[in-house]
Amino acid sequence: MKRIYADNAATTPVSETAIREMVRCMREVYGNPSSLYEIGQQAKEELEKARAQIAACFGAQPREIIFTSGGSEADNQALRSAAALGARKGKKHIISTAFEHHAVLHTLRALQREGFEVTLLDVHENGIVTAEEVAAALRPDTCLVSVMFANNEIGTIQPVEEIGAVCRRAGVLFHTDAVQAAGHLAIDVGRMNIDLMAVSAHKFHGPKGVGILYARRGVALTPLIEGGAQERGKRAGTENVPAAAGMAAALRETCEKREETAAHLTALRDRLIEGLSRIPYAQLNGDRERRLPGNVSFCFEGIEGESLLLLLDDRGICASSGSACTSGSLDPSHVLLAIGRPHEVAHGSLRLTLGAEWDGDDVETVIREVSGVVAYLRGMSPFWRDLTTGKRPHVFEK
Amino acid sequence: MALYSEKVMDHFRHPRNVGVIENADGVGEVGNPVCGDIMKIYLKIENDTVTDVKFETFGCGSAIASSSMATEMIMGKPLSEALALTNQAVTEALDGLPAHKLHCSVLAEEAVRAAVKDYYDRNGIAYDPADFPAESCAHGCEV
Repeated sequence: MKRIYADNAATTPVSETAIREMVRCMREVYGNPSSLYEIGQQAKEELEKARAQIAACFGAQPREIIFTSGGSEADNQALRSAAALGARKGKKHIISTAFEHHAVLHTLRALQREGFEVTLLDVHENGIVTAEEVAAALRPDTCLVSVMFANNEIGTIQPVEEIGAVCRRAGVLFHTDAVQAAGHLAIDVGRMNIDLMAVSAHKFHGPKGVGILYARRGVALTPLIEGGAQERGKRAGTENVPAAAGMAAALRETCEKREETAAHLTALRDRLIEGLSRIPYAQLNGDRERRLPGNVSFCFEGIEGESLLLLLDDRGICASSGSACTSGSLDPSHVLLAIGRPHEVAHGSLRLTLGAEWDGDDVETVIREVSGVVAYLRGMSPFWRDLTTGKRPHVFEK
Repeated sequence: MALYSEKVMDHFRHPRNVGVIENADGVGEVGNPVCGDIMKIYLKIENDTVTDVKFETFGCGSAIASSSMATEMIMGKPLSEALALTNQAVTEALDGLPAHKLHCSVLAEEAVRAAVKDYYDRNGIAYDPADFPAESCAHGCEV
């Protein structure tokens, strides 16, 4: 059975180029970048080469990039740093959105306990916040705006450039969690007025456990990890040189092919959306157009997401869901609730995130299998029976 | 390690006794769509014995497997045995469930009970209400 990997938002296969670079670094450049002898300095050179390559992909300066363990750490550090800078001036108000990644939301919750006020903006049914809403929420004591570049579940792309302009005019720091966007969408930190940005390597075919935090020159970072002068004192610990080199290679490669990949994925995505829309009482989550090239997210009435995933797995399709049962929590995905999906519908969600290796046959297979599994599960669902007999009201149009 | 035992996956992939009994003698439904699981059990009863049982379930893999297993365990059994079915027995028969899925076996127990109670109510058969506590949302959702 052919496996179709439809969970590229969870992680991506590591590119051959990245693997080669990592193996080369592990074999040939084992030194500690902090050591002054030659093999140490070679490692330092590798690290700085990777930093420069990554910076170039985002229009940043190399010194504005620090390596982290991934997107979550970068988000934590970005928020903590901006909060510390704000607190120094007595500014303790932060603006964000209701559907951020938990790396942001949970850090904001911790900051609230420390006396910060947080405004979470509505993201509407289409999953997009507007720059006007950000502007309207600004207060004299606002120290930070944090809005994700693209959402991890429903793929909607936020008006980052407009929000960046609003923040710059107001003199407020702007952080964006670009974990889902980096490599897949064009990002220029200068033009977009981004002050802080979190990126994770394994979302663009790099290795896991490495990412970067971009911090515009002049934005002082607060270290989360103390204990050494690495990363200019902002992140202690011996640098993971092979991971940094692998990340840089993967990012460069992904960025080089970005437009070509995006065109390919967008065409397949649209066919997939069209095919799944033919399922009765199914609805696409998030804006139809302003979404990541490879993201398809649906809710199906009358079924539960985990059983859908298990049956798709049996048919060779790897996907994910925002149902409570797949998260181990009681509530379905906060993202689906934030765009106004009722609980009973959010339980029946399916996220398919495409990869560059997909072709039209994969799309047809997925449409056929998802349609079949949804119909099968509805056939044994008393909830679906209640919907079809009118005992409970439908949420979606047919 | 897989999330579920082979037994759970077998009952999930090949659920026993799925469907509806049109002229059922007792029907029990527990759970709600907001929590994400509903189980419905249909019973055919003759001479205080379960002569047929079917189920419908909206829920995750372990909810479907728990319902399937519960129907197998009460098929052909006297009502007293059906009422004695516990969630622990269902869980054990499935070779265990992950901790956060134990509520699925509770729902199965409650659905069987609710179906028997419905049978008693329809036929004016006396019972001790204490044997049929109000069903709760088994995972503690505040709904």
